[in-house]
Amino acid sequence: CVNRFNYRSTHHLSTNGFYEFLNWFDERAWYPLGRIVGGTVYPGLMVTAGLIHYLLNLVHLSVHIRDVCVFLAPVFSGLTVMSTFLLTRELWSRAAGLLSACFMAVVPGYISRSVAGSFDNEAVAIFALQFTFFLWVKAVKTGSVFWTVGCCLSYFYMVSAWGGYVFIINLIPLHVFVLLLMRRFSKRVYIAYSTFYVIGLILSMQIPFVGFQPIRTSEHMAAAGVFVLVQIYSFLQALRERLTRQERQTVFSVALCAAAPLLCVCVVYLNCIGWIAPWSGRFYSLWDTGYAKVHIPIIASVSEHQPTTWVSFFFDLHVLVCTFPAGLWFCIRNISDERVFVVLYAVSAVYFAGVMVRLMLTLTPVVCVLSAVAFSSVFERYLSDDPPAEDDRKNSGSVYEKAGKVRKHVGVCEEGLGSNIKSLVSVLLLLLLLMFTVHCTWVTSNAYSSPSVVLASYNHDGSRNILDDFREAYSWLRLNTGPHTRIMSWWDYGYQIAGMANRTTLVDNNTWNNSHIALVGKAMASNESAAYDIMRLLGVDYVLIVFGGVIGYVGDDINKFLWMVRIAEGEHPGDVRERDFLSPQGEFRVDRSASPALLHSLLYKMSYYRFGEVQLDFRAPPGFDRTRNAEIGNKDVRLEQLEEAFSSEHWLVRIYRVKDPQNRLERNTHTHTHTPSSRKATRRKRGFIKNKLVLKKGRRVNRKQKRTGLD
Amino acid sequence: MSNSVFSVLSRFVEEYRSSTPNKLKMIDAYMLYILLTGVFQFLYCVLVGTFPFNSFLSGFISCVGCFILAVCLRIQINPQNKGDFLTVSPERAFADFLFAHTVLHLVVVNFVG
Repeated sequence: CVNRFNYRSTHHLSTNGFYEFLNWFDERAWYPLGRIVGGTVYPGLMVTAGLIHYLLNLVHLSVHIRDVCVFLAPVFSGLTVMSTFLLTRELWSRAAGLLSACFMAVVPGYISRSVAGSFDNEAVAIFALQFTFFLWVKAVKTGSVFWTVGCCLSYFYMVSAWGGYVFIINLIPLHVFVLLLMRRFSKRVYIAYSTFYVIGLILSMQIPFVGFQPIRTSEHMAAAGVFVLVQIYSFLQALRERLTRQERQTVFSVALCAAAPLLCVCVVYLNCIGWIAPWSGRFYSLWDTGYAKVHIPIIASVSEHQPTTWVSFFFDLHVLVCTFPAGLWFCIRNISDERVFVVLYAVSAVYFAGVMVRLMLTLTPVVCVLSAVAFSSVFERYLSDDPPAEDDRKNSGSVYEKAGKVRKHVGVCEEGLGSNIKSLVSVLLLLLLLMFTVHCTWVTSNAYSSPSVVLASYNHDGSRNILDDFREAYSWLRLNTGPHTRIMSWWDYGYQIAGMANRTTLVDNNTWNNSHIALVGKAMASNESAAYDIMRLLGVDYVLIVFGGVIGYVGDDINKFLWMVRIAEGEHPGDVRERDFLSPQGEFRVDRSASPALLHSLLYKMSYYRFGEVQLDFRAPPGFDRTRNAEIGNKDVRLEQLEEAFSSEHWLVRIYRVKDPQNRLERNTHTHTHTPSSRKATRRKRGFIKNKLVLKKGRRVNRKQKRTGLD
Repeated sequence: MSNSVFSVLSRFVEEYRSSTPNKLKMIDAYMLYILLTGVFQFLYCVLVGTFPFNSFLSGFISCVGCFILAVCLRIQINPQNKGDFLTVSPERAFADFLFAHTVLHLVVVNFVG
């Protein structure tokens, strides 16, 4: 997972300095291509950790960089809680702010990404997000350039930390646009947005990874469009104040007729000639959810990119997901400039959280804020002793309008009954909050507290069984292979191998080069000889796979196999076809009815090598795969160009060594003709010859003549 | 049509000359200067080419940024807009202007390359 890579980069930063980090070219990843780390990473997280480490060591509190990395996320989550308080206080009231801060502190949706040890971009990014939004709301409310510049600086920090900054740079223009449509556009909003756009634009281009994207890609065009629109609108508004109606009409008609179509034509033209890049695949798949599965299987294969189920919503947010619409309604009822913003944030966050599980994280802050607003409003009404004066008039008015309805809080005569109902409602809400806290604590302890590298399972007598296979395998690699060996594995394990085993990998979680990954996928899916050619081409020494059949681990490579095939098919549609690996009925099976292409594929052979002899318990036949609950189809797996180097204790990680090519034998001068196409034909097992010996009585058979030359 | 536009413009210029205070006129002159600088930069880029692109961008955005900040200052100083800006006095507006310029020019200098 990404933690390993982030830690490795931060370590590189702290040992070698900032400029070394910015210019780092990592030749131990994506062999033989290498990776320009400085230009393809969001440096915010590493720089933050490096800076804290540097400052602490400067005052002689010698903390190791690893400890800084591990504890960075909880420290920043504390800062996030404070930003949430500030944001909600600006939006509603101090009481609501306090409630939202408490919610943010325990909600599982955020804790999943901010536990100690989770050293990922979101740990810092959510803090930056909340703080930027707080400063934006403050800027819109006061119209001061100071708060706007603060917002820009916070936005810059967000850009350096996470790719999700695109959300901010689209949400804020949307807010301004909606304010325009609602006729709430004022000089304060103009000042806030214009300053934010310009200074934010140039600040965001300072990050090497972002580069010139803010003026070239479609994702940023909304911000530019709204900027231009706002300038035109404000200019016309300023003119409007000085001209009479007649003059206004002439000027406006001229201006509008000229300007608006010109702008549209400009943008469309730039898009067509390709100067403005269209929406990148990552973000386009958020709108067209079926797009990734067909065109970019790598994006579709990540489990975090799957659509969210209701279970996830409830698991991560519990009762807040039910009170959040109530808070939204309260905000809409008492609308103001900044509440328009939070309404837009809520609606867009709900949409995106529904599209991708990973984006639940952006939904969590706004759910906390709005639920706090809901709870706070209700508590304010039900905990206070005297109903506010204007409420009486309003309510008595409404009682006369809707004769049939009975209102709970009408007039002073309802005091007595009111106080009973008030305490009942208050106690009920408190119970809800208590249950929420219990749920959060349970979820955090069970689901988000375990390390992902060490697995734990529970036996039927309740005792815990620790499966430390991953670390065992990585330390085997570290101790038993040379420092420059190259390991081929599926991209999920790339960062872990680079981080824990400290070896060169071919593909890793960055997935920036789809063709390279497709080549690895093709190697895994082809038969052994074709795969051997690819592995020799790439210079692979060892192959690492994860096999869960012995313990029933569901995240192993055979389960991921179809994704490997799909990704390879995207690049090599002639050589790899998904339907070849499915059974005649169209299912993906590993037992006797498996397709022959699957039975001969390299991954199958590597996973089930010697597995046919293993009998896990006396009830199942030997070679029974616990993950797929099937007896494997081919129990007699023979590997010719690979040999098994290591299998971990529960066979979870299996490492194979790629053997050197077989020795060339001496050729006779006769048969010295180069036939490169017959390479495959001459590869055969030792001890067997291609043509059967033809015995002719009285004639001596010359074995060497029969062979047509080896590689 | 062009007649009426011309008369509108001339009346507008006359009213501007008489009614705006000197402070605002100074800021307007400054804004005009920045506008011209920006136009010249853009013309240069169109004629000579965009290499190096980051330098062009940083120069152009510096012009746009200064222009916008001047507009913001003008809006905040204008006594007619006092109702909109309750927490921002003219002195505070100017201080914010200086702060924003510091940040803007630091970034521009970094980006020019």
